[in-house]
Amino acid sequence: MALDRKTGTAPREFKIIGTRPARPDGIDKVTGRARFGADMSAPGMLVGRVLRSPHAHARIKSIDSSAAEALSGVHAVVTRADFPAPGEDVADILDNCMAGEKALYDGHAVAAVAASSAAVARQALKLIKVEYEPLPHVTDVDAAMAVDAPALHEGRANETVPDGHSPNVMARHAFGHGDIEAGLAQADRVLERSYRTEATHQGYIEPHACLASMGADGQADLWCCTQGHYMVRNTCAAILGITQGQLRVTASEIGGGFGGKTTVFLEPVALMLAKKTGRPVKMVMSRAEVLRATGPTSSSSVDIRLGMTSDGRITAGFAELRYQGGAYPGAPVDMGAMSAFAPYDLENVRTIGWDVVTNRPKAAAYRAPGAPMAAFAVESAIDELARDLGLDPLEVRLKNAAREGTRASYGPTYPAIGLEATLRTARDHPHWSEPLGPNQGRGVACGFWFNFGGDTCVSLNITPDGTVNLSEGNPDIGGSRASMSMMAAEELGIPYDKVRTVIADTGSLGQNEVTDGSRVTFAVGLATIEAARAAKREMCKRAAQVWGIDEEAVIWEDGAARPSGPNAGEHPPMTLADIAAIASNTGGPIAGHYEINAEGAGVSFATHMVDTEVDPDTGAVTILRYTVFQDAGKAVHPSYVEGQFQGGAVQGIGWALNEEYIYDDNGILQNAGFLDYRIPVASDLPMIDAVILEIPNPGHPYGVRGVGETSIVPPLAAIANAVSAATGTRMSDLPMSPPKVLAAIQAR
Amino acid sequence: MSKIHVTTTINGDPVDFLCDPGETLLDVLRDRLGMTGSKEGCGTGDCGACSVTVEGRLVCSCLMLGAEAEGREIATIEGMADGETLHPLQRKFIEHAALQCGICTPGILVAAKSLLERNPDPTEEETRYWLAGNLCRCTGYDKIIRAVMDAAKDMREAS
Amino acid sequence: MQYHAPTSVDDALRLLAAGNGNCQILAGGTDLLVRLRSEMGDEPESILDIKRIEELRTITPEAGGWRIGAAVSGAEMGEHPALVADWPGVVEAMNLIGSTQIQGRATLAGNLCNASPAADSVPAMVAAGAMARIAGPDGARDIPVSEVPTGPGRTSLGKAEFITSIYLPPRPEGGGDAYLRFTPRSEMDIAVVGCGVALTLDGAGICISARVSLGAVGPVVMLVEAGAGALVGTEVDDAALDALAAACSDAASPIDDKRGTVAFRTHVAGVLARRVASIAKTRAGGAS
Repeated sequence: MALDRKTGTAPREFKIIGTRPARPDGIDKVTGRARFGADMSAPGMLVGRVLRSPHAHARIKSIDSSAAEALSGVHAVVTRADFPAPGEDVADILDNCMAGEKALYDGHAVAAVAASSAAVARQALKLIKVEYEPLPHVTDVDAAMAVDAPALHEGRANETVPDGHSPNVMARHAFGHGDIEAGLAQADRVLERSYRTEATHQGYIEPHACLASMGADGQADLWCCTQGHYMVRNTCAAILGITQGQLRVTASEIGGGFGGKTTVFLEPVALMLAKKTGRPVKMVMSRAEVLRATGPTSSSSVDIRLGMTSDGRITAGFAELRYQGGAYPGAPVDMGAMSAFAPYDLENVRTIGWDVVTNRPKAAAYRAPGAPMAAFAVESAIDELARDLGLDPLEVRLKNAAREGTRASYGPTYPAIGLEATLRTARDHPHWSEPLGPNQGRGVACGFWFNFGGDTCVSLNITPDGTVNLSEGNPDIGGSRASMSMMAAEELGIPYDKVRTVIADTGSLGQNEVTDGSRVTFAVGLATIEAARAAKREMCKRAAQVWGIDEEAVIWEDGAARPSGPNAGEHPPMTLADIAAIASNTGGPIAGHYEINAEGAGVSFATHMVDTEVDPDTGAVTILRYTVFQDAGKAVHPSYVEGQFQGGAVQGIGWALNEEYIYDDNGILQNAGFLDYRIPVASDLPMIDAVILEIPNPGHPYGVRGVGETSIVPPLAAIANAVSAATGTRMSDLPMSPPKVLAAIQAR
Repeated sequence: MSKIHVTTTINGDPVDFLCDPGETLLDVLRDRLGMTGSKEGCGTGDCGACSVTVEGRLVCSCLMLGAEAEGREIATIEGMADGETLHPLQRKFIEHAALQCGICTPGILVAAKSLLERNPDPTEEETRYWLAGNLCRCTGYDKIIRAVMDAAKDMREAS
Repeated sequence: MQYHAPTSVDDALRLLAAGNGNCQILAGGTDLLVRLRSEMGDEPESILDIKRIEELRTITPEAGGWRIGAAVSGAEMGEHPALVADWPGVVEAMNLIGSTQIQGRATLAGNLCNASPAADSVPAMVAAGAMARIAGPDGARDIPVSEVPTGPGRTSLGKAEFITSIYLPPRPEGGGDAYLRFTPRSEMDIAVVGCGVALTLDGAGICISARVSLGAVGPVVMLVEAGAGALVGTEVDDAALDALAAACSDAASPIDDKRGTVAFRTHVAGVLARRVASIAKTRAGGAS
């Protein structure tokens, strides 16, 4: 999929790409008409609610639901016994949705009811008698790696884990090249430091919600808020033992996901309740359930060894990363280990990542999963060495920056990338030279995300009046429908408002990878462009038919079919609307479609710059100024690209300063609400300045790179570096809540 | 448990409904009246997604009983536009891309409207502090604040 | 569960008495509805909404001070210029609670009777010397606000009693009050430490009386006599403020919890006291 270049290497002139039209779902969202997960109802609907373990770790000895079932208004109770034995690929997911032998974390689902009202459902839950045998638990990642730590599972470690480790250690990942010890020996300064981050939650404002119904013939319908309704279809079908064709999933508007809605929690349970009751069942999580029992990030414990010459060249970089992924294997430590040193051109680099289980909810993706914690450690270490050596932190990064042709620390060789551009732009930006006042400090950090492609289907259909209906299969979490319409309109040469993009249900298209990996504008966009090209070829064929000339003699330009040259004859152009009007008479309705497992997603690099002020008497940190410099390849809709930069930066601010999962000594979550799980509020923040750079991605026809995830990778270190500068200390433990900052100041 | 019959006014229309004593106004709006524009993000008054005004006063509808609506004037997001004509705040939100997923948007619009009714020329700081009770996780608030202040400017010039 | 909305204090008292201790008062509902939803403990048998009792909804000047009805919201207090002018510390404390939406509903009496050790309005009310008027089967009685909370979530009120108003005394000549709290975010948080100071300066700028009150550093709000002692007789200069800070850190007896540590709260109690006293001094007309 070569990048389009009209003439030589000069980039294409776009008419619509790069402008800022209104998004198609805008009016629905500002009037309250848009329907999110909990906004759907059905006649005869029952309310479903989940009973959750009050123990961090316990054997489930028995469940007696007879009293609940006898309660008037209760239609069904579901436990693990209702589900068929799962295949290996969904076994952990099912166990997470409904506990089997053991409850593995505070909040783990153990049973569910469907009742005629929320009040009856709540009462019914109280009547379910569960006999638990509490077991010792562990929530800390390092404690869980101790050989005598309480074990969650036995014998599930994979072959990468050497003998002699705790059964909680599930996998060991290793990346890199070169000789670390030799590299460190060449350094003028060597830093060895450990860093810790706490678990955080994606914090989407919309709790999980779904409405399920299943007929006696096994056909099922599911409405849910999700980042991937095809994933929901496939997972639920596997769990319930039905075919993917029997289950039709419709994605509602989604009130935030950030990775946390790329898996299922309520959906299989709602379907099973619908099956047992023969009625539609609606299930909505409370905020407490979202925090206790969906998919937060990993907490991490990272050791860094970094060597630098006195003029700023990194001679060796080593990181050992330990992440806990909750109660099941799969912490994103592999991605942390791969991304940690990705911005740098290193001769000697090695990263080891340990995947550890603990009695916490199963971790799900959170915007560049695994990368922020790794970047926190590496970027803090680079900053510390740079300062020790009296060097400029941006110049040090420039000196070591990866560029086109660099062999990445995780293996591949980079094509054209934008890291140096972001660093130079940052260095030359007025923010960098703005003077600072007392108790103020400035920090910078770089970040990276791979970005992904994946399975994608798009169907582009033209109506008789020349409107274009674009069906795609990726829930819109950031304004992507506008970008798809823009790309289709650009490619077809028609006005933006002639294209209507809808997210089609799972009965309409074959398979689509979830909305993750910053993949949608890249992969769905690519497929949209190809589908539009297919439609154009068909329309040219129709024009040729009308004109009585060869297909090859017709081209598409500026929204119309035209004869390709004087030899093709004199024929007035036929616009898309003209051809659509006669489609029926020239063979039938016109469409274009495209299916691909997209590759060629371009990586996106960023540099963040932040000024903080620290109150030396209380440790309170104020963010004074924040600028994001990130490479978007080609910004289809600049407002939404800026929005991704700003949103990711602010999530990073929360992660750096205030957000954390707090467990007590019994492994019970202490802050399962927005009061004490503290995400940034409007008054905590300044404007977030967003500078978009465009170094085109050769793998996309317009040069698009995914941008959604990179923006959460640099903030943790950028802010830690700023606070460290403001206080004359080194902050290596997140979140940098006021007591920690104050303690660091007092210990100076 | 017997239900309470409540007679009230919502967005200028007379409305009556039956509700349980313990049902919140948010429950009533969403589940009994089908007005799903107000959202439940937390149920504890910490996120503002359920914001409505009662007798012109900005409140969280999740912290008010449905029964309390008796004889009072309620205004929700559904009443913000005037037929086909969007309120300037609604227009500016779309123009400034001040929404991404849109779940917090109804609550923020209701809150911002309440702000501009009291203070037609708020500073950035005043706007941020007024909206501190409305959580947004997608936008980082930047474009929201710009949209509110731009709408305020338009509304001042129009009056 | 039943819902009642009486229109007179007498009707409310009758319902309370009949409720036999299972009746919850509803003013703003910003604590009660959260408790109901959390399903901690049993649902009350009835909810008694006091907002239809007209006399509880007014702010009335009385004997040079202010009688604030128990159903008056923080937002209404903030919109009352004369009240704000007399007791800015009490009003700002009340208006720090939660968000704009919360302030549209929350009340002084509700904040007081919820009896959280970290309640924001309580240290300011205590510093101001506020009185709570309690209606009960034997008539009305007035007690200092500080005598209402007896422990986290517990008050000294009888089962058939409820607060009908809070009285703020006349602001003394040369008096000023202020309230500050420490929270990790700029808004929306429960106070990690709260401090209210009300002081009076004479014509020469000497402090002749002071009340210093701390919240969130003990099971109930704390009146710090030694803190007041550090200010009285001084010009509230740096030396006096240092002594005040030390007295407050000394008096604080906080716990470690998810919102703060003992060490942090102890230290910040002193830091806040110093800052609050400076603001109160400025409001009292003292040199800043």
